Amino acid sequence: MGNSMKINLQVWRQKNAKTEGRFETYQVNASPDMSFLEMFDVLNEELIEDGKEPVAFDHDCREGICGMCSMVINGRPHGPKQAVTTCQLHMRSFNDGDTVVVEPWRANAFPVVKDLSVNRSAFDRIISSGGFVSVNTGNAVDANSILISKEVADTAFESAMCIGCGACVSACKNASAMLFVGAKVTQLSALPQGQPERESRVVAMVNQMDAEGFGACTNTGACAAECPKEIPLSVIATLNREYYKAKLNGK
Amino acid sequence: MKLDSKIPQGSISDKWTSYKSSVPLVNPANKRNLNIIVVGTGLAGASAAATLAEMGYQVSAFCFQDSPRRAHSIAAQGGINAAKNYQNDGDSVYRLFYDTIKGGDYRSREGNVHRLAEVSTNIIDQCVAQGVPFAREYGGTLSNRSFGGTQVQRTFYAAGQTGQQLLLGAYSALERQVGIGNVKMFARHEMIEVVTIEGKARGIIARNLETGQLERHFAHAVLLCTGGYGNVFYLSTNAMGSNVTAAWKAHRAGAVFGNPCFTQIHPTCIPVSGHYQSKLTLMSESLRNDGRIWVPKKQGDDRHPNDIPEEERDYYLERRYPAFGNLVPRDIASRAAKERCDAGHGVGPSKMAVYLDFKYNMMNKYGKEEASKKGIKNPSDQILLELGRDVIKGKYGNLFDMYKQITDENPYEVPMRIYPAVHYTMGGLWVDYELMTTVPGLYALGEANFSEHGANRLGASALMQGLADGYFVIPYTIGNYLSKEIHTKPISTDHEEFVKAENKAQARINHFLTINGKRSVESYHRELGLIMWNKCGMARNEKGLKEAISEIQALREDFYKNVKVPGSADEFNPELDKAGRVADFLELGELMCLDALHRNESCGGHFREEFQTEEGEALRDDEQYKCVFAWELKGENNWELHREELNYENIKIQQRSYK
Repeated sequence: MGNSMKINLQVWRQKNAKTEGRFETYQVNASPDMSFLEMFDVLNEELIEDGKEPVAFDHDCREGICGMCSMVINGRPHGPKQAVTTCQLHMRSFNDGDTVVVEPWRANAFPVVKDLSVNRSAFDRIISSGGFVSVNTGNAVDANSILISKEVADTAFESAMCIGCGACVSACKNASAMLFVGAKVTQLSALPQGQPERESRVVAMVNQMDAEGFGACTNTGACAAECPKEIPLSVIATLNREYYKAKLNGK
Repeated sequence: MKLDSKIPQGSISDKWTSYKSSVPLVNPANKRNLNIIVVGTGLAGASAAATLAEMGYQVSAFCFQDSPRRAHSIAAQGGINAAKNYQNDGDSVYRLFYDTIKGGDYRSREGNVHRLAEVSTNIIDQCVAQGVPFAREYGGTLSNRSFGGTQVQRTFYAAGQTGQQLLLGAYSALERQVGIGNVKMFARHEMIEVVTIEGKARGIIARNLETGQLERHFAHAVLLCTGGYGNVFYLSTNAMGSNVTAAWKAHRAGAVFGNPCFTQIHPTCIPVSGHYQSKLTLMSESLRNDGRIWVPKKQGDDRHPNDIPEEERDYYLERRYPAFGNLVPRDIASRAAKERCDAGHGVGPSKMAVYLDFKYNMMNKYGKEEASKKGIKNPSDQILLELGRDVIKGKYGNLFDMYKQITDENPYEVPMRIYPAVHYTMGGLWVDYELMTTVPGLYALGEANFSEHGANRLGASALMQGLADGYFVIPYTIGNYLSKEIHTKPISTDHEEFVKAENKAQARINHFLTINGKRSVESYHRELGLIMWNKCGMARNEKGLKEAISEIQALREDFYKNVKVPGSADEFNPELDKAGRVADFLELGELMCLDALHRNESCGGHFREEFQTEEGEALRDDEQYKCVFAWELKGENNWELHREELNYENIKIQQRSYK
C-alpha cells in the first residue's frame, strides 16, 4: 500500500463504430492494491479535471461475475493473469514504469460502441435462438423427483459458469464463438431437463452463431486459455459431437 | 392519502390460496392486446418479463447494461431459501415465515411473508426444470446449507454463484420469449421518467445509452424491477451501475417510499484498502457455516493471526450468542464486528477488520471426515488440514480465489480479514399485497419494493423474493388491474403527457451538460457516500442525522453549481448517465436520514444509539413504531409521513433473541 507506481498507458480511442480509432498515450500514478479498472477511474477523473473526454469502458459488478468488463491488455483479453476478469486484475501484476496497451475486443460480430466498449448483443441472439429449456412457469415437477448424479450436475455447472464476456471470441484469430456456444450446449445436453430439445437446440444455436458472423474453429485453443472462468476446450468437442449427431438425425 | 395494504381476509395459510382462486383473470385473446413494460432484468424483472410473456402479454423489457444477463442479481453468491424440508430437520412453510418475520425484527407484513414462504418451494422446482445446476449430493438429490438466523438447512446453492445460475435460468426464459417475439428487449436503455395519464402509469421515457436518444414507450402497466439503492453510500457491494433512478422517478411521480432508512450492512466483506476504492466485495454469508469469527483478546495485538494462541482469541459471536453462534443474522453480526473494532480489537492495516477463520472446521470437521472415509488412522494435523482444505475448496473455491486476487493473501493459510459493508436495502417503493405502488398501474418487484424483509433481511432471502415476485406473484396480481384495462386502447406516444415527460427529461440532461463546473460527478458521489456511511450507517443518532441532512442539502446545491459533465447528450456518455444517478442519490440520501431521524427506536439494521438495551442490542418501541413509514413527496425537500400499522395475528412479537 502507498507505494506509487507510474504506468504508461496506450489506450484505444474511437468515437463510434463509424469512425476510425487510434491509440493515445497517458501516464497514470497507480497503487499496487488498485484494480485495473480503478486505475482507469483515476485516469478518467484526471481527464475530466483537465477538460478532456474520459475513456469509455464497460464494467459493472467489479466482482468478476457479470461479464461486462472487456479489455484487451497487452494483447491478451482480461490481461496477463490466468482465470481473472479485467475487474479482478490488480496493479500488483504490473511493474513501475510498465507500458500497458489497452484495446477493445476486436471482432466483426462485436462492433465498437465507443473507445473500449463493444456491442455483444450477438451473444443474446444466440441464446434466444435455442439456449434454454422450453418450460413455462408453473410446469415444473418437484425438484427432487428427477435425480441427477453429482458428476452430471458438476459437469453442467462447470459449463454454466460462463459469464458471456466474449474473451473467447476476442482471443480467437478467427473470432469464433464456439467456446461460448459449446458451454451452453454442454450444460443443457448433460442434464435430463435439456433432452427433449437437445438436437434442435444445437442446430439453431450454431445457425445463429454463423449468421452473426463469428468465425470457424480451428482448434487453436486460445479461447480456453484466455477464458476467465476456465471453460474447458472439451465443450467445443461436445458441441461438434452434438451438432453432427443432430444433423445425422436429420435436424 | 390512505394506505391500503389489501391483505386478503382469512387465516394466514388461506390468504394466498383464496386470493388466487378469486382474483379476476384476463382471457388469452385480451392478453395479446395488453402491453407491459418491465424495467430491470435481474431476478425479479427477468422472471416477470418471461412469465408474463409466456401468459400472452406483450412485454417490453429494459436494462441499462449491455445485456439482460448482467443485472446485479448475477453477483449473489450464497444461496436461495425454500421450505422444502428435504433435510428432514423440521422445516416448514410456517417456520420459514416465522424466521423471516423475526429476522426482520417484526417490521414486515405477515400476509406477504407467508405468501413468500408458500411459493418458495415452487421456485426451486421451476429453476431445476430450466436446467439450473444446483449443488447435489452423491445420491443425486439437491444439497442444502444453513444461513444466518435459522436453525435448519433450507438454503439451495450452486457453489458461490447461486445468483448467477438463477439469473441465467431466468435470462434464458426471457431470451426464449424474445425469440418468440413476445418480449421486445431494450438493452443499454435507462428509464428516466414514468409517464402518468389521468393518474395511471401509462409508460416511460427511456434513454438509449448508446445513442443518447430519448424514447417514449407506452404500456398498460409498468413494472419496476430495478433493485436497491445501496450505492447511495458510494462504497457498497452493489454493481457500479446500480442506482435508484427508476424508483426515484416513480417517487417523484407520486409513488410513496417505504422505510427508506432500512439498509442492510453485510458483516463479511473485504475491507477497504485505499482512497481509490470503487466498490466493496462480499464474502458470502455461507462462509459462516464453516468459518469462525474472532478478534484478539488483547487490544491492538499486532501479531500474525496464526501466532495468536487459541486462549487469546475472542470468538465474540459464539460468546455473545451461544444458540446461533457464527450464524446470527447480518445486522447483529455487523454491529458486533463494529463494537469490537471500536473497542480497539480490530485487525489488519486499518484496524477496521475481524478474522474469519476456517482452520478449525478444515481440520476437525472435514479433515476428520475425510480421514475416516479414507481409513487413515491417527492422522497428523498436517494431513487433516490438507484433507479438509480440499473439501473447503469444493464448497467455496471461487470465493477463496476472489479473496486472494483482491488481497494478495491466501485464505487457506491465513484467516480472512472482513468488515461490514452496505449490501442491500430493505426499504423501497411502498407496495400493497399485489405489489402495486400508490400509483395505479405502477408496480415494484424484488429489492426495489420495501415489503418482505422488514428491518433486516435474512441471508438467501433476496433471491427467493425476487423470483417469487416475478414467477409466482405478479402473474396473478396484475390480472386484478389489467382485467379492467381490456378496453383501453394503446395510447399514442404523441399524447401531451409523453411530450411533457420527455421535455422534462431533456431539460434535465441539458442542464447537467451546461453547468460546466470544476468537480467530477464521482467526487460528489464519494462525498455523499461518506456522509451517509458516517451518519446514517451502522449506528445513527439524532445529532448526526440532523447534520447529515443539512450537509446533503449543501452538497446538492453545490452539485448543481460546480459539477462537470463532459461530452454531449447525443452519444455514448457514461459520465452523463452517472450524473443523473448521482443527482437522484443526492435527493434520496436526505429522505433516508429524515426517515432514520423520525424512527425513534432501534430495529434490525436501523440502530439508533439512543435506543439500545444494556447489552447493546436493538431496543424496539412497538407502541410507537410497529409500522411502516411511507413518505409522500409534496414538493422539493418536503415530504409527508404516512404510517401503515402492522398487525401480528399469528406470531407473538417479542424481544428478538439469538442468545
